Amino acid sequence: SAGLGGAAMSSGGTLSILRSDSYAELSQYRDQHFRGTRYDQERLLRKSCTLYVGNLSFYTTEEQIHELFGKSGDIKKVIMGLDKVKKTACGFCFVEYYARGDAENAMRYINGTRLDDRIIRTDWDAGFKEGRQYGRGRSGGQVRDEYRQDYDAGRGGYGKTVQ
Amino acid sequence: MSRRRHSDDSDAGQPHKRRRTSEPSEIEERLESLICRVGEKSNSSLESNLEGLAGVLEADLPNYKSKILRILCTVARLLPEKLTVYTTLVGLLNARNYNFGGEFVEAMIRQLKECLKVNMYNEAVHLVRFLSDLVNCHVIAAPSMVAMFENFVSVTQEEDVPQVSKRSVGSLGLFYNLSVPFVLGKELYEKKDAEMDRLLSQTESYLKRRQKIHVPMLQVWTADKPHPQEEYLDCLWSQIQKLKKDRWQERHILRPYLAFDSVLCEALQHNLPPFTPPPHTEDSVYPMPRVIFRMFDYTDDPEGPVMPGSHSVERFVIEENLHCIIKSHWKERKTCAAQLLSYPGNNKIPLNYHIVEVIFAELFQLPSPPHIEVMYTTLLIELCKLQPGSLPQVLAQATEMLYMRLDTMNTTCVDRFINWFSHHLSNFQFRWSWEDWSDCLTQDLEKPKPKFVREVLEKCMRLSYHQRIIDIVPASFSVLSPANPVCIYKYGDESNRSLPGYTVALCLTIAIKNKASNDEIFSILKDVPNPNQDDDDGEGFTFNPLKIEVFVQTLLHLAAKSFSHSFSALAKFHEVFKTLAESDEGKLHVLRVVYEVWKNHPQMIAVLVDKMIRTQIVDCAAVANWIFSSELAHDFTRFYIWEILHSTIRKMNKHVLKIHKELEETKARLARQHKRRDSDDDDDDDDRSTDREDGPLEEQIERLQEKVESAQSEQKNLFLVIFQRFIMLLTEHLVRCETGGIDVFTPWYKSCIERLQQIFLQHHQIIQQYMVTLENLLFTAELDHHILAVFQQFCALQA
Repeated sequence: SAGLGGAAMSSGGTLSILRSDSYAELSQYRDQHFRGTRYDQERLLRKSCTLYVGNLSFYTTEEQIHELFGKSGDIKKVIMGLDKVKKTACGFCFVEYYARGDAENAMRYINGTRLDDRIIRTDWDAGFKEGRQYGRGRSGGQVRDEYRQDYDAGRGGYGKTVQ
Repeated sequence: MSRRRHSDDSDAGQPHKRRRTSEPSEIEERLESLICRVGEKSNSSLESNLEGLAGVLEADLPNYKSKILRILCTVARLLPEKLTVYTTLVGLLNARNYNFGGEFVEAMIRQLKECLKVNMYNEAVHLVRFLSDLVNCHVIAAPSMVAMFENFVSVTQEEDVPQVSKRSVGSLGLFYNLSVPFVLGKELYEKKDAEMDRLLSQTESYLKRRQKIHVPMLQVWTADKPHPQEEYLDCLWSQIQKLKKDRWQERHILRPYLAFDSVLCEALQHNLPPFTPPPHTEDSVYPMPRVIFRMFDYTDDPEGPVMPGSHSVERFVIEENLHCIIKSHWKERKTCAAQLLSYPGNNKIPLNYHIVEVIFAELFQLPSPPHIEVMYTTLLIELCKLQPGSLPQVLAQATEMLYMRLDTMNTTCVDRFINWFSHHLSNFQFRWSWEDWSDCLTQDLEKPKPKFVREVLEKCMRLSYHQRIIDIVPASFSVLSPANPVCIYKYGDESNRSLPGYTVALCLTIAIKNKASNDEIFSILKDVPNPNQDDDDGEGFTFNPLKIEVFVQTLLHLAAKSFSHSFSALAKFHEVFKTLAESDEGKLHVLRVVYEVWKNHPQMIAVLVDKMIRTQIVDCAAVANWIFSSELAHDFTRFYIWEILHSTIRKMNKHVLKIHKELEETKARLARQHKRRDSDDDDDDDDRSTDREDGPLEEQIERLQEKVESAQSEQKNLFLVIFQRFIMLLTEHLVRCETGGIDVFTPWYKSCIERLQQIFLQHHQIIQQYMVTLENLLFTAELDHHILAVFQQFCALQA
């Protein structure tokens, strides 16, 4: 079993190179809208079972997300990110697992792979709260789609300021 | 090799004060880093790096001896792929400092004992191999090593009954792993040939005596062509035989100590303290027996370097080392891929083929892969990224080969193949030469090949959408394409007006759309007649299949838009569900209706069943009974059914563990409370107050104890139901075939019997508890021998 791989023993030890788990670590990103201290936020992130998933196509469905993220464990809930105005999918979601270990495996093996032909990104989330399912961009979608210069067919074409 | 002081590091942009001298913990980190990194790509030769490192460590011995001992013991245990690098290092240190060599050997023996005591079997093997190679480095005297082997092999002599006895397997495994190829390096063999011959012949007689009924359960393919899948020890034995024939010459392994022969020869050797393997106890856990997976041989890559033969020592060493690399770096996919691809000897062996074979060996391993399945998919993707010009082709070749051999592939392994291939394709725009597989179109749809393609396309659809799948396959494959996952609502059309319950369905629809409460729903449903007229016990809530039908059909139809909509519906009308599904028949009928509505969308069925179990609308036994019901016979061999069943069993298992954990935690709290009280002032003799303190916790423990027992009973019942239903189904088939004079081995039968095996294998630890019940109640001697064989194989596995 995987647990035998690096256990410390009284006459031996473990090695830092084998403890490395960079994919499951916290990123530099901190949600600026989080209500609480930095310390609170990081404490929540370190025990969270919820992941933020970004760079989804607007057309990616809850079913597809469930299928892909179900590969790392049982999913408790998927919450689709919505355009605040249109109330349609705007390219992100939250995936909550029952067990943190399953979320860690998603960070290790699903983050950076493709869904609907797009490389998706996952990151730890401090936990869903009502209201967080809406985009924070001025036009109702995500901030990144406000200022984007490129054309992205899966995310409404050009960025909002370009349009 | 110079060791830079910490203050010499350039810490760009760091405003903190630079330390003038290095902290001990930093030196220790540095030591660990130096030791771990030796042997990696470097500008200097490995020999000069080892020489330099030995010098550095020797200088640090006065201050950091225990840390250095710990690090070296740890790399011996956890980095077996670099074994000879570290045995050489220890050899050099021993030559410079005899006492250190002695202390290292003692520390290794202590570590070995600890490993065996806590069942860390694989790591014990690495340690024994390390010790044996230390003979070649002149650290350990050969006779004392031989004495250790004799102790291990003598374990096999203890057993009179020829079983697969795991203890023997364990000890023998140890003996073998060390003897291939290190100890039986020419030098040792020449000096101690009489003892070695005796050990080998004892081993051979044990191998011949033991039975191997468990082996078929662990084989990926039921056929022996093109590559036999040998039981692990048999394969090793063949490798030893071949090595012996080659006069113990082995040239593949890097042996840095050869370059230091003149220095090492002068060193004094140590004797191993006497060592006996710890006795077998109730708690001893041994690793499952293994079968060697092979899919390639030298004919598969005619252009490239020759792949070492299946019984060659080279093959053994390469495979072991690649497995070790995965075990070391499974959490870091980029590192893992890079380490695999930089395995030495790249141009002398077809490394890509070895890597692919080793990865599939793990993915298809029975009973379970060493790591989570999705890791292998992502690892292969990383490897393709690093070797875009060569690895994808090997992978395609492997896929083709696996497809060709589907007819004899174990059903569990086919499941994993389906999951891997569909997920892999979804990362590469589903590009595949489907026409190459047109041969499956002419076969009966239940045959393994068309079945495989159907299941793959269904999984591909789940990761994309229906039209995409229609677009990616040739028109001829439409017969294998998945159904459009739409909901089937029987009360939908005006033309269904005549159906009983139609008007109530309409009524319900309007009410639900107007945000009716549970009570309003109940009152609407009261008007539904009960086709089972006789069962009205006056309380109004008896099993009424029509009520269930109308309610569930309507609700699921209204909530069909997405999973979230359906989950909300289940939550909102939970009370109605619970009431309608109160009886066992009710639960079964709810599941039947869910299936009728969503039979085109297996994924939806799975998530609904999951939610209904978690919210206790149905229980696990109901799901098991539903899966074996005649209504589901048509879908019985479909992959999604078994995903649902295994998911259900897992939920049950997790539930038992959770309550058990709660019980243990509460007991611990009580114990702590007692301890606190005992350590407090003893003057307070008020018994009543202590009772009052303990009261709530003790009550809680009692309640939890009951909960645990009830959960365990439910868990046992679930397995009994499943086994019972399998036996019924299989017996029916066998009887029908016998009386009809037809061959038993239909595709359905193969699938069914392997699904039964799968239950045993996937949940063997739990099922072990029920052996007596199973033997006395279900798998009795009167059972058809086909079915009994599965049980007997499982028993053999547990021995």
